[in-house]
Amino acid sequence: MSHSISHPPQRQMDALPQRERSRWLWLNALLRRVPAVAALVVITVIVLAGILAPLVAPYDPNAQEYGFMEAPSVAHWLGTDDLGRDLFSRIVYGARISLFVGVVTVLLSMILGVLLGLLAGYYGGWVDNVIMRYIDLQWAFPNFIIAVYLVAVFGTGLSNVIVAVTLAFLDDFARIVRGMVLSLRTQDFVIASRATGARDLRIMLRHILPNAAAPIIVQATVSISAAILAEAGLSFLGLGVKPSTPTWGLILSDARSFFSRAWWMAVFPGLAITLTVLSINFLGDALRDIFDVREYAD
Amino acid sequence: MTKYLIRRFLTSLLVILGVATLVFFLLRAVPGDPLGAMLAEVDPTAAEELRRKLGLDQPVYVQYVLWLGRLLQGDMGNSLYGSNVSVSRIIGEAVPRTLSLTFLSTIVALAIALPAGILSALRKNSLVDYFFTFFAFLGLSMPDFWLGVLLIIVFAVNLRWLPAIGYAPLSEGLWPWFSHLLLPAIATGTGFSAIIARMTRSAMLEVLKADYIKVAHAKGLRNQVVILRHALRNALIPVVTVMGIAFALLMSGAVIVENVFAIKGLGRVLIQGILNRDYPLVQGAILLVSTIFVFSNLLVDILYTIIDPRIQYD
Repeated sequence: MSHSISHPPQRQMDALPQRERSRWLWLNALLRRVPAVAALVVITVIVLAGILAPLVAPYDPNAQEYGFMEAPSVAHWLGTDDLGRDLFSRIVYGARISLFVGVVTVLLSMILGVLLGLLAGYYGGWVDNVIMRYIDLQWAFPNFIIAVYLVAVFGTGLSNVIVAVTLAFLDDFARIVRGMVLSLRTQDFVIASRATGARDLRIMLRHILPNAAAPIIVQATVSISAAILAEAGLSFLGLGVKPSTPTWGLILSDARSFFSRAWWMAVFPGLAITLTVLSINFLGDALRDIFDVREYAD
Repeated sequence: MTKYLIRRFLTSLLVILGVATLVFFLLRAVPGDPLGAMLAEVDPTAAEELRRKLGLDQPVYVQYVLWLGRLLQGDMGNSLYGSNVSVSRIIGEAVPRTLSLTFLSTIVALAIALPAGILSALRKNSLVDYFFTFFAFLGLSMPDFWLGVLLIIVFAVNLRWLPAIGYAPLSEGLWPWFSHLLLPAIATGTGFSAIIARMTRSAMLEVLKADYIKVAHAKGLRNQVVILRHALRNALIPVVTVMGIAFALLMSGAVIVENVFAIKGLGRVLIQGILNRDYPLVQGAILLVSTIFVFSNLLVDILYTIIDPRIQYD
């Protein structure tokens, strides 16, 4: 009798709802892809390094107490910069701001974009018109250009960069969600739900949004890598964080006057950006395959 | 077709006007003005006087109408800094630089992308294919300004083959122009080429399955002829479609790469203007960047019809 306890009857396994079992299938599929797994490992390492920066970084990122522009060595793995700061420590701390800006801006623009897309698609009419005319205007330009325009209006600095990048990326989400809503709005389950007296908000959030989740997740992945690049670009141009704050774009910008004397100052921060963005892109590509999301291009 | 072109042209003008208007009002809605920052502490009356001279004491909608009227006459105001050069002159000098850069970047991108895409498609799932696939991902993930920096370090600082910064107009000769622009063009063109290469690959794969390719082979045409004349030409149609999207990348790349190579094109003018809070200059630069952008998209749409006569607009 004892083994019947450790091996529950097959019937009970089958009784698990279909949804429960298929929920994790995508993870299974993801883990079978080598590049995606490698990318996930790299991303995990970089995120952990950023979070645990005080433990990982061997030196204070702003301490100007070491030799000026020393080449990489055992004491300073990636060398030191023109003010005698340890480059490795600065890049580790830089991960914090670069990743934070990338993730936060995309989360915010996802929330705003989804909201606008839901409203436009669900209500149609003048709501749709007003929202989509603006989205179309923004859609006509690359996100980075929009971000630069917005920084031109709001001014420079970290918080303005976050606002600018957030607004610059929301059109992608709004368009995807609106398209999904338009195709889902007339489906039987939505009509049925409305017939049972569900309110608009409930229909949008409980019935329509979950069905639009896959393309939103894929877009978010793509957007995070683009947002990290955008922040790096803005900081590199001097429009981003204030000097001395370690971010990858700014560290790279600091290297500009010392190309002939200290190549490491330029090479390593760029490598950090590239590695991060490359990993996220590999992950995004795998997710796109798994969720079977076609690329939105028009 | 003509009707379609006129409609598209007018929509494009509307988009540009929309951007210009939004920027105009947003710049004035944000607290803090450059004159205040420049003069208030030194001499408040001078600031008042200058404000009146520039029309900044008028209501915003009056300023807008006046600004729009002057804009239509090609007058974009004067730069607030230096010797107050007119914005149109600064922009006029910048535009050919940016256009030269984007033009050469496109050439560089196509020169990398077409062979890479065709080879990948012909040797699908081979080592060559994986190699190019990885490089396409790398090209898309690498910040263009970093690539620019690396190119400067290798080819300008160490090998001394090409100049690191600056620009020479075409009137000084083809080589000075080309040698100054080659490194920036590679920096901007690489990400662009990644997109085109991926698109060429998938379009070629699609086309190579078609019956007319089998027919071409069956009638004994040389492989090269089949691929270049029959397959590639048809595969180019979807490629041109992504050119429009990829051009976005090129333009934002140019804005930032110009700053790496100290080329005083629109991108550098725009960024310097933002850093100096030189609003007339910022407005002018945004207007021109937007114009180039919107009209090159229109150009791509027209290009479809030339490459594929089956496509008709009405």
